[in-house]
Amino acid sequence: MHKEKELIFEMSRPGRVAYNLPELDVPEVDVTSLLPQHLIRETPAELPEVSELQLVRHYTELSRRNHGVDNGFYPLGSCTMKYNPKINEDVARYAGFAHIHPYQPDESVQGALEVMYNLQQDLAEITGMDAVTLQPAAGAAGEWTGLMMIRAYHESRGEANRTKVIVPNSAHGTNPASATIAGLETITIPSNDRGLVDIEALRAAVGPDTAALMLTNPNTLGLFEEDIVEMAQIVHEAGGLLYYDGANANAILGIARPGDMGFDVVHLNLHKTFTGPHGGGGPGAGPVGVKEILIPFLPAPIVAQREDGSYYMDSERPQTIGRVKGFNGNFGILLRAYSYIRTMGADGLRKVSEYAVLNANYMMRRLATAYHLPYDVVCKHEFVLSGIRQKKQGVRTLDIAKRLLDFGYHPPTIYFPLIVEECLMIEPTETETKETLDEFIDVMLQIARECEETPEIVQEAPHTTVVKRLDEATAARKPILRYTKEV
Amino acid sequence: MRYRYLPQTDQDKREMFEALGINSIEELFTDIPKEVRFPRELNISEALNEVDHVRYFSALSNKNANFTTHVNFLGAGAYQHYIPSTVNHMLLRGEFFTAYTPYQPEISQGELQAIFEFQTMVCEMTGMEVANSSMYDGATSTAEAAMMAAGHTNKARVVVSGAVHPEYRDVLTTYAAGQSVEVVTVGYTQAGVTDLAALEASVTDGTGAVIVQYPNFFGSIEDLAAIKKIAADKGALFIVASNPVALGVLEAPGKLGADIVTGDMQPFGIPVSFGGPHCGYFATTSKLMRKMPGRIVGQTKDEEGKRGFVLTLQAREQHIRREKATSNICSNQALLALAASVTMTALGKQGVQEMAMMNLQKAHYAKQALANTAGLEVVFNSPTFNEFVVKLPKPVKDVNTALLNAGIIGGYDLGLDYPELANHMLIAVTELRTKAEIDTLAQELEAIVRA
Repeated sequence: MHKEKELIFEMSRPGRVAYNLPELDVPEVDVTSLLPQHLIRETPAELPEVSELQLVRHYTELSRRNHGVDNGFYPLGSCTMKYNPKINEDVARYAGFAHIHPYQPDESVQGALEVMYNLQQDLAEITGMDAVTLQPAAGAAGEWTGLMMIRAYHESRGEANRTKVIVPNSAHGTNPASATIAGLETITIPSNDRGLVDIEALRAAVGPDTAALMLTNPNTLGLFEEDIVEMAQIVHEAGGLLYYDGANANAILGIARPGDMGFDVVHLNLHKTFTGPHGGGGPGAGPVGVKEILIPFLPAPIVAQREDGSYYMDSERPQTIGRVKGFNGNFGILLRAYSYIRTMGADGLRKVSEYAVLNANYMMRRLATAYHLPYDVVCKHEFVLSGIRQKKQGVRTLDIAKRLLDFGYHPPTIYFPLIVEECLMIEPTETETKETLDEFIDVMLQIARECEETPEIVQEAPHTTVVKRLDEATAARKPILRYTKEV
Repeated sequence: MRYRYLPQTDQDKREMFEALGINSIEELFTDIPKEVRFPRELNISEALNEVDHVRYFSALSNKNANFTTHVNFLGAGAYQHYIPSTVNHMLLRGEFFTAYTPYQPEISQGELQAIFEFQTMVCEMTGMEVANSSMYDGATSTAEAAMMAAGHTNKARVVVSGAVHPEYRDVLTTYAAGQSVEVVTVGYTQAGVTDLAALEASVTDGTGAVIVQYPNFFGSIEDLAAIKKIAADKGALFIVASNPVALGVLEAPGKLGADIVTGDMQPFGIPVSFGGPHCGYFATTSKLMRKMPGRIVGQTKDEEGKRGFVLTLQAREQHIRREKATSNICSNQALLALAASVTMTALGKQGVQEMAMMNLQKAHYAKQALANTAGLEVVFNSPTFNEFVVKLPKPVKDVNTALLNAGIIGGYDLGLDYPELANHMLIAVTELRTKAEIDTLAQELEAIVRA
């Protein structure tokens, strides 16, 4: 049985340190002469007191209790868990990038501004858009930024009544949540039996109150919305705009561009498609590209180039929706994305999408022998399976996911999208070898056999992890959200 | 060209094509209508081999004046501090930085426990009862707090001090526009702190939140207890955006009546990095726990009774509640929260006090030195932490250009945001500045303003 891991606070002993600051080299002044008594802290924060080796062992041990892409296969659908290049981490740590201040004079940070400018240009070309803001910190922030611009656009045309955002029922949860915080209302429309947007439902939903249609293409089932041109026409004729959720952009690099499909706004998740990394939950970066009609509303500032070739921050944007994040966005992630683009180039990025799609189709075809494939057509970079056959054997998709842990895999996304029962959403990405795919497929086939023959092995999984299944209900009912020292 | 991130060999492709019954990859893209197929190659920056890549990015990096080539006195919301070398080593463990949100707790106990410890440290520093796992940055965290307060109190009006970071206020204004919340800004006094009389006049029964910064944008320390009283009298929540390093010496906002404490953990172990990624933090009371945005980690037990950690209170979040969620936030700044945790662990109980005290002492020394420099005037007489305001006889932009030539990154030009503070420079002095560097700054400034 695995041991319980101590908290860092439980390792603390008064007097131990893991830091070494210089001696004070200015005359020391009594603190009470600098601060009024009532503003001086009475009780110090109870932070741990450990040695440097203790610190290193603690976090190393925590890391060993964590699974990342570096550890093994991580086919978490919609999250594009591809390889995070080491060189990107090196570049992000160069002193001229890591140790510069956003308020330095423009002339002293030309290299950083050049990175941002080039990235803006490249992302505009990749998405087929006319301009790009790099400010949003993540995909959801990009969605909200895009919707705020759409709202400002309609208001500028005297159409403040356009408040409805149409979202398919297969959409990411952030889409409707972003609509709400942009002050807009969500209308959910159904998908048809082919897993695509129901065109007639869309036609019925649009009207003089339509602000936008939000769409992921390929959608969360991994299927390309084949009727996209007609959909764009329906929305545009009704006076609405089209928003592209770029979470699935890994399928279309150099193959199809949202701008050419009729989209007016697009966000990209640089931590997904452009190798972020994911960081255990972030940081992300969610740049937003727009067509010309929306350029006046972009968040300020954006990076611009003077005739002499130098770069500057352009803050003169009278119709801007304002600032959506402090400073220059998540610059370090923007830099990593640009580093990735400079590794792959145009030919490389197209191959990324081709191989992402090839890997996904290969897995889908082989897994369909043992799992129900609800949409039996060519998929893009990801696909969904349903565990309904296994459910009849008393095994839930959650159990299958937990069983995968015993084999050293991170499971697929489960129970999403909501429209597929017992859903498993699998995204292999292009950076995995065929051997890895084959090994995973073999394990999935073995688990399918276990569901028939020895279902309890699956139902009781995981068997090998540092903890067994955790009591999430009690965690939510009686929340313990911090350590408290026992006295 | 071959690509080191793409492992597919010709043989792999042949075998996969065969399994799929296709002859080319093109057959997998027939579902994309011809009229939207991209007909040419993308016109983007060209690919570089690894050797040229390093050369190219090194050259770009070298174009930037940075903290290793120049002595830095710029702060204004992003600060250069001591970063223990352990921090980077722990962050570079692939198990942390190549993982995503810990959806599968059994193989994510490391990240989950690290976040649980982070939440605890945030609570300890701020004096609050609960904290989340991080927000994008201090600006968005503060804006989300304001929206949460407006929603909770059902009062669509927030009052913010004009001495709060201008970008925090800008982001707040953008969020507020989305949710039809009115933002009222009140001024500051000759002492460089929030004008309490104006604040009292602005806070009405319809006000959902009062927002101040601690220390404020000018580096001055607000009287939180007095402001709390004004907020509480009208039933408004009290939001304090706080620099966590300062809390090593300043009384915790939680002890002075804050309902929500926000800010940025950047000063604890996170490089300034041209403004991001940093790490917003968010702490509040147990009472408001279920209104909090963002991911939260909770302690629980596994089937064998062993302690473990899970994402919890997810019924607030977008993937469950969709349009009714408390926020749309999904990805956060987890890796930077880890950086802050490692740093707070390295500094520990003693180190955070020592570091805060050094900032206080060195900034005080610098303030005295510049006050005694001919041509300069230190304005605002409130107590300060590690930043203060100096009035110059010349435009700050020109002075900074001259300082840059002397190998110094000068302070922030307050005239950019406050027209009445033209020629006023906000100067940051952290524990990293030596007495010699401070003395040099004073000499250079004296020479520049005299010239």
